[in-house]
Amino acid sequence: MSKSVKNISIASHENIRMDGIQKLGVAIGLLGLFIMTLALFNVSFPNKGLWLTGSIVAIFTGIIIYSNRSYLNKPAGIKNNGVWHQDFTNRGSWAWMTGIILTSFYIVLYWFPQYLGLNQDGGTNTGIVGFFDPLSYILNGKVASQWFVYGTLYTVAILGLGYKFILKYRHNKYQLVRTISVMFFQLGFAFLIPEILEKLNPDKAYFAKDLKNMWPLNYYFFNDWHLKGMLEGGNLGLFMLFFGIAMIFIISPILTYFYGKRWYCSWVCGCGGLAETAGDGFRHLSSKTETSWKIERWMIHLVLVFSFVMTIAVIFTFLSNNPEMSFITKDHFIWGIITFLVVFTGALYLFKRKELDTDAVYTMLSLVAIIIISLLINYFSGNQNILFIDSNSLREWYGFAIGAAFSGVVGVGFYPIMGNRVWCRFGCPMAAILGLQQRLFSKFRITTNGGQCISCGNCSTYCEMGIDVRSYAEKGENIVRSSCVGCGICAAVCPRGVLKLENDTPAGRINSNEILLGNDVDLMDLINQK
Amino acid sequence: MEHIVIIGNGIAGVTLARHIRKKSDSKITIVSSETEFFFSRTALMYVFMGHMKFEHTQSYENNFWKKNKIDLVQGVVIAVVPDSKEIILANNNRLKYDKLVLATGSKPNKYGWPGQDLQGVTGLYHKQDLEALEKWAPSTKRAVIVGGGLIGIELAEMLRSRNIAVTFLVREKSFWDGVLPFGESQMINRHILEHHIDLRLETNLVEILSDKNGHARAIVTDKGETIECEIVGLTAGVSPNIDFLKDSGIEIGKGVKVNRFLETNIKDIYAIGDCAEQHEAIALRRPIEAVWYTGRMMGEVLAQTVTGTRTAYKPGHWFNSAKFLDIEYQTYGWVWAIAKEDEEQFYWEHPSGKKAIRISFDKKDRTFLGINTFGIRMRHEFFDKVLTNKETVDYVIKHLAKANFDPEFFASYEKEIQKQFTSPSIGLKTK
Repeated sequence: MSKSVKNISIASHENIRMDGIQKLGVAIGLLGLFIMTLALFNVSFPNKGLWLTGSIVAIFTGIIIYSNRSYLNKPAGIKNNGVWHQDFTNRGSWAWMTGIILTSFYIVLYWFPQYLGLNQDGGTNTGIVGFFDPLSYILNGKVASQWFVYGTLYTVAILGLGYKFILKYRHNKYQLVRTISVMFFQLGFAFLIPEILEKLNPDKAYFAKDLKNMWPLNYYFFNDWHLKGMLEGGNLGLFMLFFGIAMIFIISPILTYFYGKRWYCSWVCGCGGLAETAGDGFRHLSSKTETSWKIERWMIHLVLVFSFVMTIAVIFTFLSNNPEMSFITKDHFIWGIITFLVVFTGALYLFKRKELDTDAVYTMLSLVAIIIISLLINYFSGNQNILFIDSNSLREWYGFAIGAAFSGVVGVGFYPIMGNRVWCRFGCPMAAILGLQQRLFSKFRITTNGGQCISCGNCSTYCEMGIDVRSYAEKGENIVRSSCVGCGICAAVCPRGVLKLENDTPAGRINSNEILLGNDVDLMDLINQK
Repeated sequence: MEHIVIIGNGIAGVTLARHIRKKSDSKITIVSSETEFFFSRTALMYVFMGHMKFEHTQSYENNFWKKNKIDLVQGVVIAVVPDSKEIILANNNRLKYDKLVLATGSKPNKYGWPGQDLQGVTGLYHKQDLEALEKWAPSTKRAVIVGGGLIGIELAEMLRSRNIAVTFLVREKSFWDGVLPFGESQMINRHILEHHIDLRLETNLVEILSDKNGHARAIVTDKGETIECEIVGLTAGVSPNIDFLKDSGIEIGKGVKVNRFLETNIKDIYAIGDCAEQHEAIALRRPIEAVWYTGRMMGEVLAQTVTGTRTAYKPGHWFNSAKFLDIEYQTYGWVWAIAKEDEEQFYWEHPSGKKAIRISFDKKDRTFLGINTFGIRMRHEFFDKVLTNKETVDYVIKHLAKANFDPEFFASYEKEIQKQFTSPSIGLKTK
């Protein structure tokens, strides 16, 4: 709004500029990336192992120098000065350039890996994929793939920028613990353990995958190659199958009941991990309008229906083609699904009708849509054809549109333009399921502190999920929203100590006050009780 | 249809309009000269610091007002004419009302300092003040802030965020020591210095010197020192913004005089928020309360009266909050800078010097009277209940964990505080 903040003068001291040490940090970090870029353009390095180590060390060193200089020489506290003044964090030209580079990287990664140097005919890799071979040999005993490069860079980003995040919020222990958690799960469960398991079990391809990634975020969990791999994978394979299913039906609902969806979305999940660390500087860019909330509800539930139908179709085809591998038939399966969903939706309607807000109604409609489509599948499908569509192409379309284009290209590529949680907010089917549970069956809420809100708007501005937190806080109303990932930043930036993430009894969790605490007691009683 | 006109679109006026709309279909018009839409005044500092854009300070989307049929008029009111029940705007438009509510807020105090109207001199209250600061900031090397209260320290924080050197003139012996007891006030002094703010205690402004273009170039203090600066912030308190009411016949003291029902001496004219002055102070409160929360509460109450349920303004237990640079402050009940005769105070400060609590209680029956808390968030609801039930200080110390509102995993200090409170060797620390 204020026009004078558009300052492009380099000499002016009005906007915060980097000092020499910060610039040195950025330069060293960029040098690391530059070495990788040279590798990408097929500059051949004599001792790849050494250069690769050097470039990764340079990236970490750069981040550490920059972060220490930025945060450690100031008293601990909220560090958002100049966020909206700086080109990079206010959709300026640097932000657009970064967005375009990230987007291009994802497009090449998903659809043109040969440009990264992947040799698709099985020969020697070149380019950046070849550059990562030494590390890949150490970890999994094979040559690198584009996914290995991606996984490594992803982990480097979460660890390096996680360190920066920790320094930035060093006065806030919730942020500290949460960030160490996402760094740990990324490094261990998504990177090291799967790679090492692959080395120990070289013939089982499905191990090179993020272990904590569960269906439906992990949309290929029930794909035939993955199912077959686990079913034929001996004890370890069966363990993975049962663990995966237990995650979906037992572990996740229990944890979400006690802690809300944050246990996954901002403590464990890889997408969330990247958003919270690398994406932290862009969290304020999420749109807070009611219109985007409407779009959000439509999109996330459409993706949910799509992912359910795709999975049902894929399992249906798998059971049709491999009846010998399972003790249930495709008919058992479809009717099982339908029964489960009908009972679930019915119970929801019967017991939770009064609490059903728009979010939950959307979810119920989604579930009903899935039931109807499942029924149709059963009657109008052959072995391969699901509702006259080939189940393989349905799966491929899901992988293309949701798995790659949405979660990667848009989800991460658009960080500097639309904020760091575009995928989590508009596209993640997992978030939709956990969100429904968080809204209806969970102890989690954000409590507001009596009448202390001054409507300043820091909470809403820094909510990465685009929740208008203030609109609840200024009414003294708990925030119980399906999209809240529990990052806790609203509570951190609140200057008056109004917000607190809590797990408490579900009774009275959703409240609404017309008049806030601190006014005439009789008046409060009179007006709040109707 | 009844027409309710509200002058002022701050928290008091807007809360009133919202609550009237919930209860009635009357025509509601809000007149403001400052901005088209309501925004949170307390957040202006964050716009300057780049934490937020101005639009983020607006609680309601722009279509909210139309949707709720609340008419917005932008204009300066120059007079109120109770006889014909109308107000006159600067452009000579007249607006008829059935009920008129004055919610015009405050303006920064200026005590007749020479040079107080120069370019580069401003308070921090209106959006226009922010725009002026934005204009001057790029060419400012040093700013001087006059007045050591809540707005002064906010302005200092703002200017420091742009690496502008700040000299902070405080009349008192220690920062805000008319409100804060010694320990807390000293703690904030230290924190001010930690942020590289040049704090001058017991120093007053004598005059502001002008350059040849009518822009401030320096100030002179009562210690005879001349300090060169390009911005002078006047933050020595605020007073009701009511000059335009002089000849209206509405009774005026420092503010618009109102009774407990927020009614003025003229029928169908009311006043709420910063500009209202109670004939007699309510309990221990001041007759004029220029506080966000009380503005909101008066709006909540008056909406009942205006819609037919005549209701007195009876605020509950006192509470307030602020943030001094990085240190958050909350208070519940009354803790005076110097304990009154029948009061005892208990003070605990963390070795880091950035967290502290002070509890005031009755010497005789040990009734809890109030708490100041710094760097530890506490629950409003807990203390509201404690004050209503007249619990003792011992009850509060025992249940401190229940009162805590800090985020999860934060270190808790209840044990240390309890130990200090009960330990006979330390006894009551009341420095």
